[in-house]
Amino acid sequence: MVLGGLRFLKGRGDSILNKPETYSVIGKSIPRVDGVAKATGQAKFAGDISLPGMLIGKVLRSKYAHAKILHVDVSRARKIKGVKAVITGEDTAGKTWDLLNRDVLLLAMDKVRYLGDEIAAVAAVDEDTANEALELIEVDYEVLPAVFDPIEAMKPGAPRIHDLPLNILKKVLVNHGDVEKGFEASDHIFEDKFATRSVIHASIEAHACVASYDSSKKLTVWASTQGPFGRRNQLSLTLDIPTNNIRVIKPHVGGGFGGKNEMLANDFCAALLSMKTGRPVKIVYDREEEFICTRRRHPLIIHIKTGVKKDGTIVAKQCKLIADSGAYANRSPRIVAMCGAWMTLQYRIPNWRYEGYAVYTNNSVTGAQRGWAAPTVRFADDSQMDIIATALGIDPVEIRLKNAVRRGDTTPNRFKITSCGLSDCIKAVAERTKFKEKWGKLPPYRGIGIACGAYPSGMRDLSQDAASAVVQLFEDGTVNLLTGASDIGQGSDTVLCQIAAEELGLGLEDIRITAADTDLVPFDLGTYASRVTFFSGNAIRAAAQDAKRQLFEVVSELLEANVEDLQSRDRWISVKGSPEKGMSFAEAVKAALYKKGLIIIGRGYYHAPDVEPPSLEDGRANISLAHSFAAQVAEVEVDPLTGQVKVLKVTAAHDCGHAINPAGVEGQIEGSISQGLGQCLLEELVISEGKMLNPSFLMYKIPLASNMPLMDPILVETEEAEGPFGAKGVGESTQVPTAAAIANAIYDAIGVRMRELPITPLMILSQKRVLNKEKAL
Amino acid sequence: MKQPVTLKINDEPYELTLDPRRTLLDVLRNDLGLTGTKEGCGEGVCGACTVLLEGKAVNACLILAVEVNGREILTIEGLAKGGVLHPLQQSFIDHWAIQCGFCTPGMILSAKALLDKNPHPGEDEIRRALAGNLCRCTGYAKIVKAVSKCSQVL
Repeated sequence: MVLGGLRFLKGRGDSILNKPETYSVIGKSIPRVDGVAKATGQAKFAGDISLPGMLIGKVLRSKYAHAKILHVDVSRARKIKGVKAVITGEDTAGKTWDLLNRDVLLLAMDKVRYLGDEIAAVAAVDEDTANEALELIEVDYEVLPAVFDPIEAMKPGAPRIHDLPLNILKKVLVNHGDVEKGFEASDHIFEDKFATRSVIHASIEAHACVASYDSSKKLTVWASTQGPFGRRNQLSLTLDIPTNNIRVIKPHVGGGFGGKNEMLANDFCAALLSMKTGRPVKIVYDREEEFICTRRRHPLIIHIKTGVKKDGTIVAKQCKLIADSGAYANRSPRIVAMCGAWMTLQYRIPNWRYEGYAVYTNNSVTGAQRGWAAPTVRFADDSQMDIIATALGIDPVEIRLKNAVRRGDTTPNRFKITSCGLSDCIKAVAERTKFKEKWGKLPPYRGIGIACGAYPSGMRDLSQDAASAVVQLFEDGTVNLLTGASDIGQGSDTVLCQIAAEELGLGLEDIRITAADTDLVPFDLGTYASRVTFFSGNAIRAAAQDAKRQLFEVVSELLEANVEDLQSRDRWISVKGSPEKGMSFAEAVKAALYKKGLIIIGRGYYHAPDVEPPSLEDGRANISLAHSFAAQVAEVEVDPLTGQVKVLKVTAAHDCGHAINPAGVEGQIEGSISQGLGQCLLEELVISEGKMLNPSFLMYKIPLASNMPLMDPILVETEEAEGPFGAKGVGESTQVPTAAAIANAIYDAIGVRMRELPITPLMILSQKRVLNKEKAL
Repeated sequence: MKQPVTLKINDEPYELTLDPRRTLLDVLRNDLGLTGTKEGCGEGVCGACTVLLEGKAVNACLILAVEVNGREILTIEGLAKGGVLHPLQQSFIDHWAIQCGFCTPGMILSAKALLDKNPHPGEDEIRRALAGNLCRCTGYAKIVKAVSKCSQVL
């Protein structure tokens, strides 16, 4: 069935879409391939897996934010009936699991650095016994002075968290053009400071893992992961097990948003406990652990100085950014480097200077979260764009159109812009919302705001960035598609089946996908950086083309036609131009097998050509071949009595290339708006002296059905030459503008610029004295 | 001390002997293998464990199994009959109201409790009825649409 009500805009100007009308599967809102399994409760998630003899594992965590570990005594815990194994740092040979930074032990040995740091783990016959054992593990600590504020942590005299002279784990410096000369040449200079607080992924499924080590020395792991191949590598390196003796299976995953990209203690501990006991071990985090000791988004302090001409053209921009990275480095060096990139990807900046600091604190660990730091960086920069527009008397739409990046641009981070629908996105949301008629003219306490966003389709990592796929053709004309791509809810299995079906000329129901099991499918790095449709999609298309080529060679003999004259469509292979001269896809596969003994297996591989690994120094490089663009408009109403902000509507225009499944794209847009709204208005991990005060869905408030606004997604389709069937990534660009658009709408409603996220009712009420009196009256 | 408990789940009778501290959610998932009911928070906030207790949507993580001795419970596994999906299940699939699927069983059962009581709810009523079921993927738009469209055809 095809959904109605979708809105497409044919690209204009920069965005050109030549959509052939002949696609039969691509571009249609086909229901997802795992829909029935999920609607009936049959879909199995890692926590649903139960094996004979399975033990329950639990992890012991630090009670202090910063302390020396003097002694760990597990003897009493080991003696409890039903406890089958207890592991500590002694069992991990001092190994680190962060292979880049090497600053975090698998289980802490000498020191704990945040409240929640892992010290030991137990496996027992049931949860009660495991919890009892945890309580009997005695840890002698020597409490150390701790530091929680990144500014304090940067100072020379601050408590040292790692063996470094300072707690600055990475300083990134980028210079492009001449920023001082740029400021001299500017008519106006604006300097502003913004700050954002900590938020977290809050997937409804907690991190879960079942590990089973057997007598043949094979380790099988069912993990809630965004990429089983990465997990296999991490387990291999930390447990000293050869790769071919580890099988990682990704069952259905209940949301990731970046939080299930990397291995956490549950996977490693379950695996090691299973090796110790010879029995399967399951570890599922509870909700409190999810909040306290998984990963969170970096809180940022952002200073921006921008020089502009009278007409709003940006001449120079300088940004100093400080990221509270928490107790361990994890992704911080790269995320802080990319914060600079996110500042320069939407608007042209001829002269640019960036100074970014990733700082250790004794807060919980940070990591990747949808958009990396782009939504927070955009909040700051797109807020300042409105400050500039207001000061210069320019319309916020016009200042954005004037500065928007275009096809052919190279950004200061050396990103090369190919297909680019940014200007069309800005125009689309402005027209749809009648922005110019409303901005500055709405009744008191009503406001409208706009912001932009962009995100790459995959980011070249330091090592490699590849995807592969296999397509097997069967004699009844059906297909098994083998891919390492990991559907964590976004719907990539469906999109990838659509790509295979379109290329082979089959229907979606002819394709069975076998995905994300390291023993069965070829390598793929998994779901992160909005890469799946782009990378895995290209690999699958190549595999389908390879299978089709083999099949066409057989058919060309039978039909006495040239291979290049053949086409496959609607399960029928024929000579182009004379569809009656042909045979069914199934007959062709049968003929290949019966007449030639040919078993058709198509292989495909994709590695983005010409991308570069990022510089370790400053992160600069052309790390992606394509970028998705977005503009969103938020309309809000502020209650002057309560300070509550009600978002009435978000209109969201997105260029994600050619949408393979428009309903799936809409789902990404709508889900992103909800997370962006949460970060803007509701969500904050309240951390005091390293202790999280709200580790519960009761107190950490994510948006509900009852507080989501009307959403109006618009697909501004472009044709990306490098993408499969013209597609680009969509998982993250969709969240990038939301918080900024809402913040700008709040300014329009009350005439006060909110410079911190989340924007709480208290913050608004405390500004009441300076409420826009003209509007209020 | 363990206690005998009789439950009727998805029209099947079960006779169990249970530790009185155990939640209905724990028993459904770990004793009966009905893992379609999910645990998202364990404290009655996220709604992933929603089941219908004699038609009423309840959080199975907040109910002790012994409390519902002798009562009737519907879980997601009992919704499709004879291999035919319930119209709500079909509507969720048709309208892309499912992404990761972890909240889906609870969401569908909360929607069923609403439609059984109020077959033609307005959008606000749907949103209020589903406010106890958290979804992090969809922004709820397509879920609300799926329930609304279903109520129009039921």
